[in-house]
Amino acid sequence: MSTELLVYFGLPILLVVIGRVVGSRLERNHYKSIVEREFRFRCQPALSTKESGASGPVRSASLASGSVVISVDHFKRFLSGFRMIFGGEIRSYASLIDRARREAVLRMKESQPDAHAYINTRLETSTISNAAGNEGTGTVEVLAYGTAVHYDLAP
Amino acid sequence: MILTNIDSVPGRRIVQHFGLVQGSTIRAKHFGRDFAAGLKNIVGGELKGYTELLQESRAEATSRMVTQAQELGANAVINVRFTTSSVAQGASEILAYGTAVVLE
Repeated sequence: MSTELLVYFGLPILLVVIGRVVGSRLERNHYKSIVEREFRFRCQPALSTKESGASGPVRSASLASGSVVISVDHFKRFLSGFRMIFGGEIRSYASLIDRARREAVLRMKESQPDAHAYINTRLETSTISNAAGNEGTGTVEVLAYGTAVHYDLAP
Repeated sequence: MILTNIDSVPGRRIVQHFGLVQGSTIRAKHFGRDFAAGLKNIVGGELKGYTELLQESRAEATSRMVTQAQELGANAVINVRFTTSSVAQGASEILAYGTAVVLE
């Protein structure tokens, strides 16, 4: 009887605890790497306009894209379950989307790291459904794509 | 073949328009990747198997679009767009489309 209880209630609680401990550490490390890489690319902006605004002529242009599939941990999924009862903003999912978008933009830049700017950048988000049904909630794919341009810097 | 997602190719003049070209692919996930993703779901973070799967299919859709443009005799595709839609549980369609043009 007590082993059955342990399996029924212990396992989900264990998963939530693992999600809380490991998940928050992974998220912290991810944010650290995002901030570091964003700083490295700060002079190569991703613009949503079609014009680069550069004074000189453009030497070459080509398509750059980057994508990432990211999911939340069990603890945040558990928290959002409570939110669904009372309604309101689900803050625990905001960091998921934020990480995914910033990572996708960084991967787009890293696919062509020597470009001077990335114009007409588009972000597209889609949810990924999992074969295990409800397990798929909280998994998103973000694609960032744009045109990488090189300026003609020669005088 | 030059691909851009703006209305022109900077520094080049468009001589001829061929209209819309497209390429699409529908992919299903396989069991091994799904299992690994299920485990990764506990702690959250990036699901690398799915990222690779979607990148492969996007490359496939793009190459089909490029093939269609080459058959028309174009040498660039402008205004490229990507869309994703799920057609069934566990399968998604990836579409790439753009305008095939001839550059000077």
